[in-house]
Amino acid sequence: MSLRSTVRALPTLFRVGFAEMVAYRAEMLVWVLATTMPLIMLALWSAVAHDAPVGRFDQADFVAYFLACFIVRQLTGAWLAWQLSFEVRTGTLAMRLLRPLHPMVSYAVENLAAIPLRMVVAFPVAVIALLLTGASRLPHDPVVWVVFLVSLAGGWLITFLANAAIGTLALWTGSSVKLMDVWLALYMVFSGYLIPVELFPPALRGAIEVLPFRYQIGFPVELLTRGVHRGEALRLLLAQWAWVGLFLLAVRAIWRRGLERFAAYGG
Amino acid sequence: MAQTMVSVQSLRKHYTVHTRPPGLRAALGSLFRRVPTVVKAVDGISFDIARGERVGFLGPNGAGKTTTLKVLAGLLHPSSGEVRVDGHVPQRREDAFLKKITLVMGQKQQLLWDLPPSETFALNRAIYEVPEPEFRRTVAELTELLELGDLVNKPTRTLSLGERMKCELAASLIHRPQVLFLDEPTIGLDVSMQVVIRDFIKAYNERTGATLILTSHYMDDVAALCPRVVVIDKGVLSYDGALDELARRIRPEKRLVLRLETPADRATLDAIGRVVSMDAAGVTLQVPQDGVNAAVSRALATLPVHDLTVENAPLEEVMSELFAQSRAARGEVEDAA
Repeated sequence: MSLRSTVRALPTLFRVGFAEMVAYRAEMLVWVLATTMPLIMLALWSAVAHDAPVGRFDQADFVAYFLACFIVRQLTGAWLAWQLSFEVRTGTLAMRLLRPLHPMVSYAVENLAAIPLRMVVAFPVAVIALLLTGASRLPHDPVVWVVFLVSLAGGWLITFLANAAIGTLALWTGSSVKLMDVWLALYMVFSGYLIPVELFPPALRGAIEVLPFRYQIGFPVELLTRGVHRGEALRLLLAQWAWVGLFLLAVRAIWRRGLERFAAYGG
Repeated sequence: MAQTMVSVQSLRKHYTVHTRPPGLRAALGSLFRRVPTVVKAVDGISFDIARGERVGFLGPNGAGKTTTLKVLAGLLHPSSGEVRVDGHVPQRREDAFLKKITLVMGQKQQLLWDLPPSETFALNRAIYEVPEPEFRRTVAELTELLELGDLVNKPTRTLSLGERMKCELAASLIHRPQVLFLDEPTIGLDVSMQVVIRDFIKAYNERTGATLILTSHYMDDVAALCPRVVVIDKGVLSYDGALDELARRIRPEKRLVLRLETPADRATLDAIGRVVSMDAAGVTLQVPQDGVNAAVSRALATLPVHDLTVENAPLEEVMSELFAQSRAARGEVEDAA
């Protein structure tokens, strides 16, 4: 399907995708509740910072950081690896391959269609964060705000494309869910989801800056809560989108080779 | 000569699968040494199908019918051979190709499970770029032909199997495909629903001139829909031609199906033909094709006949015989019976 035709189809795809998400609202709520790890980390780190700050973080900083973390997680989540692995194993991917729309586009729309519902949860949390910690930590530079919005898109794309790459590997391995679990474990540690990247030892921090995980969640959160300057924000944004480009090329290559192995099981 | 819609030349699809016997020792052993086995799902078949033709793929389970259908629909990449559908190479999955075809699988569905079928129709309209007026016309037509009524507005999960299959067919035809690949479209349906689906498919072919390729284990589907059959067994083509000719060639004998007013004795029946079955409801006799007239005259003269019909052998028997013959020709042990 040409880009123009795809764009023309998008409103209907999103409308139907959203209708599906509404049908799965209870499941979605459970999923959202399962991503409350930042709130647990908030309680934990706040207790640690009770007597003295940890690095630059006092209690209010931790509250701001982990509430922002919770919000960014809601807006950048994707579950394609599990979905793709299941569809490869059961052969249901066949139904997508029969349509003149790239399956990755339909997966992307389905994953993105969940965001409005997640915003229903994220918005009150944002209000609570503002009431608790004030607006002083938020960026004052409009360019940084723009970088933040673009970084949300970049964070979602890295998450989605990493899921796509790992999910597609199921065409070789039969199932790639365990591999995704490994990715998730690394993500938890190195993305800033459980521990702000700033709190890692300097040597490790250098490595984290090169890895993709921080750009999934830590980077947008830092833009909101750390007072990142324009220059640094743009430098990190460039690094984030370099990862987007790399993942895009990787998914393209793996997908093309993998489809030759598709067995369309069942039926 | 009619224009060729589907062309298959020396198609092969081989898989490598890893096998192991049951048990813990074998499971542990497979961790270190896996035994690869090449499965020849399709092993060098060739045929052409003309535009508008209705062709049935027949064969036992695992014969290679569905694999062939999936290669034709572009889902599987052939191991070797050449396949063209209306000039397209299916595995390239070009948009122009995908807009011309549809594949309906009786055991898989494209309908969105928790939404009404009308949402899947709308989704397909957008994906296949069907203009709104044409979409409305097509939906109205399909709703009438398939008697969908209010079904399209109920969540798919609440529909019965037959209702779902009707909606599945409608969703597959929103873009008015020129080639229909139907893989067991009536599987699990009751007899009356099978007839509805069958009649609809035939009407669609006659109205639109679409080419139709069907696999089904229900011989009635094939007999009602497909003047031509392609028989595949163990990945090899064992017959390609008219269904009637297949029956004549494999089982040239005819069947006299008799309903009698009073039971007849066995000796009288044996004098007319070979007794295939006999119960309170009637008798079925097998007679040579050129002896039908004589057998009918004799039956009418010697038996208390209430009703008499002359039939071909059931298609199931014909197929079973054909598979047995082709396996014997390949030197395999007869195991079909």
